[in-house]
Amino acid sequence: MAVRKPPITTREYWAPGHAACAGCGCATALKLATKAFSEAMEEKFGDPNAFAIAQATGCMEVVSAVFPYTAWKAPWVHVAFENAAAVASGVEAAWKKKGQKGKILAIGGDGGTADIGLQALSGMLERRHNVVYLMYDNEAYMNTGIQRSSSTPYGAWTTTSPPGKYSIGEDKPKKWVALIAAAHQIPYVATASIGNPFDFVKKMKKAAKLEGPAFVQVHCTCPTGWKSPLEKGVEIARLAIETGVWPLFEIENGDFFNIKIQSPGGGAKVKREGGKVVAIEFKKPIEEYLKLQGRFKHLFKRPEAIDEMREQIKAMWKLLGVDVTLPKPEE
Amino acid sequence: MAESPFKADIERVQKEYSEKMTPGAIVYIPGSSVVNKTGSWRVFMPDFNRDKCVRCYLCYIYCPEPAIYLDEENYPVFDYDYCKGCGICANECPVDAIVMVRESK
Repeated sequence: MAVRKPPITTREYWAPGHAACAGCGCATALKLATKAFSEAMEEKFGDPNAFAIAQATGCMEVVSAVFPYTAWKAPWVHVAFENAAAVASGVEAAWKKKGQKGKILAIGGDGGTADIGLQALSGMLERRHNVVYLMYDNEAYMNTGIQRSSSTPYGAWTTTSPPGKYSIGEDKPKKWVALIAAAHQIPYVATASIGNPFDFVKKMKKAAKLEGPAFVQVHCTCPTGWKSPLEKGVEIARLAIETGVWPLFEIENGDFFNIKIQSPGGGAKVKREGGKVVAIEFKKPIEEYLKLQGRFKHLFKRPEAIDEMREQIKAMWKLLGVDVTLPKPEE
Repeated sequence: MAESPFKADIERVQKEYSEKMTPGAIVYIPGSSVVNKTGSWRVFMPDFNRDKCVRCYLCYIYCPEPAIYLDEENYPVFDYDYCKGCGICANECPVDAIVMVRESK
């Protein structure tokens, strides 16, 4: 049997022995992101190690850098919750002055990006620093004990949005930081998911290779905070794509009229006009995604909340210029 | 059997690590977390059947630790020193070459 080459470099920048929970989706995302970055640097500069990382406080910072040890095998700096983008800008400016070739990777969670670090992120994008900002989106503040963030989706349980008699859990729609980043008219904005790792690696490589700022938002599962089975981490992320909950798109130079949308798979019918996706008919109901997670368990007693969620997903796709039809589960 | 890509890191930590506080609390040894053997967290362990494997690399890509590396023939090797037993590899394996079994001491 002919043996295929491994689809990604076997160099490791994320060492085992870190303290992430078993089945952590974000750890997979960072492992793949650094590998993709190193491949891109090798292709662009001939040096696979020509990158440095600035990481905001968050789950992946806490688990990877338990003093006196570190899981990182690349130059890495831990910064405060709010200023990963600002520090990455500074490192980039210093590298430019020194004439050092390479690119900076800034990493933040959804709290460190969507809530606390949004101002620093906006500043970095606006100043056009040559930095890739990776937001790993596990949809709440997981490391401090699962508090809601502005990236938490509608209906989700968290410790600060508990469902009960008068509450359905989180009652506001998710904030899409990728769309905010795209409004800065930066060269490249993309969403990705660990449910489709090849797409994620492709997008990270593209972001790393181009000149100027780029923003990648990657959806990753958190078995602890989502109350989902450990082994289903990747499956849940894939179901999010296939049911329409998580869109995969790319926006270049803030061109909202030419958003590139990746096919979601899972039997969904994609209608294109002139190369552009205009409508998607999903075949899997969002219940398939929700039922695997304990954080949405209470919604099954309130079908009207799931219908509201469907409306919000439709509205979000409308922003991307796509009409979607979401099926209801068969009785 | 292939060597773990982290063997050199373990040796380096054993040789160079000292309890002395560094200026600015900087950690000078990259990848020094390899001394934490997280394999003790495990309840279920992946049991790998080499004959069934089609070398699709999915387990290698998804493993969050990473506790899976590739040998000379590109078959996955499971590093039980670090595997936390999450079972993603077994769940994603398209040919069921990996099954989770309860670990017995």
